Amino acid sequence: MTHHVLAPAADQAEAIATVWQGLFWPNLVIYLAMLAALAWALWRRRPAADEAPGLRAKHTHHWGLALLGWTVFIAATLTAYTALSFVQDRRLLAREPDALRVRVTGEQWWWQVEYPDSDPSRQVTTANELHLPVGRMARIELQSDNVIHSLWIPALNGKQDLIPGRRTEMAVTPRATGHYRGECAEFCGLQHAHMVLPVTVESPAAFAAWLDAQRAQAAPPASPSATRGKQVFESGPCALCHAISGTDAGSHAGPDLTHLASRPTLGAGALPNDRAHLLAWLADPQAHKPGTNMPDPKLSPAQLTDVVAYLEGLR
Amino acid sequence: MSARNADVEAQLARTWSDPPGLLGWLATTDHKRVGRRYLVTAMAFFALAGMLALAMRTQLAVPGNTLVGPDRYSQLFSLHGSAMMFLFAVPVMTAMGVYLLPLMIGARAISFPRLNAFGYWMYLLGGIMIFVAFALDAGPETGWTSYVPLASSDFSAGKRTDIWSQMVNFTEVAALCVAAEVVASFMVTRAPGMRLDRIPLFVWAQLVTAFMVMFAMPSVMVASQFLQSDRQFGTHFFNPGEGGDPLLWQHLFWFFGHPEVYIIFIPALGMISSIVQTFSRRPIFGHTAMVLAMVSIGFLSFGLWVHHMFAAGLPPLGNSFYTAASMLIAIPSGVQIFCWIATLWLGRPRFATPLLFVLGFFALFVIGGLSGVMLASVPLDTQVHDTYFVVAHLHYVLIGGAVFPLIGGFYYWFPKFTGRLLSERAGKVNFWLLFVGVNLTFFPMHWLGLAGMPRRVYTYPAGLGWEWANLAATAGSYIVAGAVLLFVGNVAWSLWRGKAAGDNPWDAPDLEWATSSPPPPWNFTQVPVVEDLTPLWTAKPLQWLRGLKSDKREMLLTSIAEARPQVRWGCPDPSIWPFFSALALTLQFIWTIFDPWGWVWASIPMAIAMTIWFWPKKSEPSSD
Repeated sequence: MTHHVLAPAADQAEAIATVWQGLFWPNLVIYLAMLAALAWALWRRRPAADEAPGLRAKHTHHWGLALLGWTVFIAATLTAYTALSFVQDRRLLAREPDALRVRVTGEQWWWQVEYPDSDPSRQVTTANELHLPVGRMARIELQSDNVIHSLWIPALNGKQDLIPGRRTEMAVTPRATGHYRGECAEFCGLQHAHMVLPVTVESPAAFAAWLDAQRAQAAPPASPSATRGKQVFESGPCALCHAISGTDAGSHAGPDLTHLASRPTLGAGALPNDRAHLLAWLADPQAHKPGTNMPDPKLSPAQLTDVVAYLEGLR
Repeated sequence: MSARNADVEAQLARTWSDPPGLLGWLATTDHKRVGRRYLVTAMAFFALAGMLALAMRTQLAVPGNTLVGPDRYSQLFSLHGSAMMFLFAVPVMTAMGVYLLPLMIGARAISFPRLNAFGYWMYLLGGIMIFVAFALDAGPETGWTSYVPLASSDFSAGKRTDIWSQMVNFTEVAALCVAAEVVASFMVTRAPGMRLDRIPLFVWAQLVTAFMVMFAMPSVMVASQFLQSDRQFGTHFFNPGEGGDPLLWQHLFWFFGHPEVYIIFIPALGMISSIVQTFSRRPIFGHTAMVLAMVSIGFLSFGLWVHHMFAAGLPPLGNSFYTAASMLIAIPSGVQIFCWIATLWLGRPRFATPLLFVLGFFALFVIGGLSGVMLASVPLDTQVHDTYFVVAHLHYVLIGGAVFPLIGGFYYWFPKFTGRLLSERAGKVNFWLLFVGVNLTFFPMHWLGLAGMPRRVYTYPAGLGWEWANLAATAGSYIVAGAVLLFVGNVAWSLWRGKAAGDNPWDAPDLEWATSSPPPPWNFTQVPVVEDLTPLWTAKPLQWLRGLKSDKREMLLTSIAEARPQVRWGCPDPSIWPFFSALALTLQFIWTIFDPWGWVWASIPMAIAMTIWFWPKKSEPSSD
């Protein structure tokens, strides 16, 4: 999973990496030149002259000119930096008319991800995963109704805050398929550290297939245990916060779990998504993500096994 | 010195001494005693805040560590940042000013000496309050920036954020007191002849800082009052649901917060100038350019705050403007670096410990400055903002730009403070240990930020490649702790066994070295007359002016530009009432955290204390 600023996999991150290169190398040269000048000033050979303090310098005229030159040099360098920054910034601001629309909502501490569609039945709602087609710009609308979060996918673009009462937006045009790590960059409370958004960039066909699969209703339970699990889910505490499409569970206080089993992590990056971790998570969420808003569901061991059997089938 | 006269000095000692015992200790208005207290207190808060940092680094040494939980970790970094900024960096810089400024300008006392004592007590009590709160598990939890809505009552229940916000108020009161004293001292208490073109750069730096405090602090004061009002009375300054705006907090906070960095950094520029001048044995090259550079940094620093908000979705053209404005500040900074290097080139450097720390400043601060130039770029900032790259940047700037000069300044002025020199040998080890430790701690953080590690996370998973850099940073933080311990040990040992310093151990040119070490309570027995920018380096011995009374606390006031003698001023006597006023205001500040009626009831003791404090004393009018 790539997550390095200088390993860009989208046009926007590429533009920013260009700014990095354009500023870093001249800065390095300036720094080394400063150190060299300092070393020269300290250790230059000096004529054996009076060591008494307070002698006035004799060549201040030349030094004044040098200071002027140095100031002009800094001003010119900064102007070049500003120009480079400005030009590349306009690449980040570019928008294409046929861009894919995605809406990401920051919650404490997870991400809701929606793919709006003019046909409401074709709209997709998922959580803690973002899929994008390669080679097509995606406009990601960002919102929050709790605290400020900031979406950061280093390999794709810089970060953009999600601010209550405001709409913000970022564009990404991925250029390489693969998995990228996204995360929350603005401190948002206890579990800021576990607010990961894994990003999958795939071919347009694979993306379309994924989107279709997400539009499908939840898989029906495939075993007696899973059937019991579904019942527990719908009638127990789970349904108070979670939704699974096609069932009686319809609350959106917590992540939509319709296709939970196809996601890479649990608890927005707190645990890997497999059977053992799912069991452990449901048995005691606070142990794995202290402070999470998910309470202990207080399920009996048998209920726990059944619910896990059901959730595992939600591909 | 010929001007010293035993009889006069005996009388001055009677006039300027504090009352004996505890009363005298609490009532003193001697800027040197208050300044020393400020220094010791600030260093104590530095040590405490440093321990918080050690706890954080220990937690982050390995991935998935469970040593510190998320709640305690939030308090650790919130209090570390708050204490380092509000209780260490700003006060320690003003402390140096409180102690040194009157000495450097040849005055007998600081202007408003009682206000000075009052400010110190407020600072001390506010600092104690927040650390006691932390010990009681009520430390701040939303970062030193305390962004709303996270800091609103919906998401930060209890009193933690109220206590934080009140601590900010305590330190604002203290900072504004000092700012008023510094400006007034600068304007009217300079030694006769210390025209505007003969004022040491350290003094200029303190003036610029004081003006910045006056303009920056009210902004955070408004912000913290809005916050408390939202939290306690349900107003909606920051509530988007009722027409408020969370970004209003960020604007108000950073309109203070960015100048704050320069409020810390500019006094350091003054210290560097003093040290470079003394140890290169030449006057600073380009004195006027240096003054202009400091003044322009002061102005520019108020025009860049938006670069802390580049990810907040503000209008792009506005952001670009702030890119240009932020870049601009590199020009005066570059001018200063040039002038110091030129001074060293023109002079004959002497490699004593203070100069070593200044050389460390060059190596560290310029890294922080150049990474700061990168942060000014909107696109680049959106990548590294709120990551460990910024953590690295701000520590290079603050440690390199302020702590190294400060410790250098401490080695430089310690003989003046105490009459004894710090050990040079321990000082050199101290320097190298700190230099290596700081680089090992913070350099890898640049890489961590680029590699995707956000700041303010209490843990991180294994397998992202962040392990080695975090482990290195933790190891470095322990080396820094060792360096600080060595510094404390050096101070303790030198107080006991250090070499006697004499009046002017470094052959320095400024007026603070023209009196004894440590200086007597009245600073100067006669008034020095300044005829040069570096008065102790002229061929002509320093001239002294007689005529101030020695049986009354008197000092000479001079004109603003030319520093011509104008009037003799009766300096206030020591008083216990600033202390009681500070206690009363503390009562009010703490009471109102829990109950708004504190605003009413606690005003009564405050009114009483301040009335007695300001009761006019019978004195003959001063004359010229």
